[in-house]
Amino acid sequence: MSKIQYSNDGNIKHLLTIEGLQEELIYKIFDLAESFLNVGNREIKNVPLLRGKTICNLFFENSTRTRTTFEIAAKRLSADVINLDIDSSSQSKGESIFDTVDNLISMGADIFVVRHPEPGMPELLAKHVGGNAHIINAGDGNHAHPTQGLLDTFTIKKYKNRFDNLSVAIIGDIKHSRVARSEIHALTTLGVPDIRLIGPTDLMPTDMSKINLKIFESMDDGLKNVDVIMMLRIQKERMIGAIIPEEGEYSEKYGLRKKHLLLAKKDAIVMHPGPMNRGIEIDSDVADGQQSVILSQVTFGIAIRMAVMSMLIGKKI
Amino acid sequence: MIDPKNTLPDPILLIKKMAAELSKEIDSNTCLIGIPKGGHLIINELKGMLSSSTLDYGLIDTSFYRDDLEISGLKIKEMTTDVMFNIHDKKVILIDDVFYTGRTSRAAINELFDFGRPREILLYVLIDRQSAQLPIKPNYSAFQVSPKKNNYINLEENNKSLTFRTKIINE
Repeated sequence: MSKIQYSNDGNIKHLLTIEGLQEELIYKIFDLAESFLNVGNREIKNVPLLRGKTICNLFFENSTRTRTTFEIAAKRLSADVINLDIDSSSQSKGESIFDTVDNLISMGADIFVVRHPEPGMPELLAKHVGGNAHIINAGDGNHAHPTQGLLDTFTIKKYKNRFDNLSVAIIGDIKHSRVARSEIHALTTLGVPDIRLIGPTDLMPTDMSKINLKIFESMDDGLKNVDVIMMLRIQKERMIGAIIPEEGEYSEKYGLRKKHLLLAKKDAIVMHPGPMNRGIEIDSDVADGQQSVILSQVTFGIAIRMAVMSMLIGKKI
Repeated sequence: MIDPKNTLPDPILLIKKMAAELSKEIDSNTCLIGIPKGGHLIINELKGMLSSSTLDYGLIDTSFYRDDLEISGLKIKEMTTDVMFNIHDKKVILIDDVFYTGRTSRAAINELFDFGRPREILLYVLIDRQSAQLPIKPNYSAFQVSPKKNNYINLEENNKSLTFRTKIINE
């Protein structure tokens, strides 16, 4: 899968998954994001790097944060942005996604930011568009959400400086989480020696046996001396099929409370990809507490997305 | 390949010449902004040569303002833009090691205007390669080379001393 992300001359052409992405490339994205963070602090936050380019947001699932940060990122790079309203587009009249994309390429689209419930759809689109456009996966089913994985690890780097001495705990429904999957691949590539997954046994991944992961069913055991606590959103839609236990029971066992922070290292950071279910997977006094870096994640997300878009358009780095 | 016949002057001598010229130009409203990496190295030397204690120094990395993203890609540099003072109505003197096509200077001038409206912008360089592709010329160059003499020149720091690196590129 990862090969399709690169062109024949070794440049990154699409961003579909973190799996298989070289460590060196991830650090280049981080370096570039760092530069864009400085731009975000200026009075005029726009740079003309992607002037004349057109970026299409194709979101087949609801999103506020991701779509907005992609839009802000594109606008800060001076690109034109089209947000396709799927409900009122030709898609709702039965047009295939491939035809939609072909039409938009004919209109001059350069990058498609795609969120789709079907795992692998961004890859199919990447194969379809060939060299005519770039695809960024903004979340496909439970498969991958690479820019979230990158922005989360960039956040860790900003607060912890290095990865090779860290213990990182990811808590929640790992099995169905594209965010967790992308985070695990990024943390592994960056050399985090201790990755812990905490959650009900039924919600642990079954397809990541090649990666050295430590599984915990109890928060009390899994959070001991960790440097980073990464919460996941409880996906209420999964509860319908009784995959996840009743909300109150789940919250009791896997909701992050202040008492849990005492188990982790004193300077541990708390992360959440949003949107948060306050009082369920995370208490407000933790989400808003001193160890929370949740809003920084959002700010860093813009810089990471600016970096990714610039790299896809640029010939080489 | 590295040019074995590098006959360029000692950079420090050229920076001293530049400092002498800058002294005539600097007033209480002047700031110096270097274009990394060469301009940064020059500014480090100039700080010890110029007597003005009120001079503001900054850096302008033009990577996000260049016109060759799809040809050359993004060049991630160690230094990013750092202009921590107001440039509105100031006399800005841009400092660079080598003037070649004028495209870097154009990008730097564009970027400067995102920080304010300077009263005046001047361009001071150590070497003018006299190959401008735009209607931009340095206001001062300490040394000039003929257009075809070297394919590539830049200022580098090796073991705390500055040298010009010249490279012949076979196109």
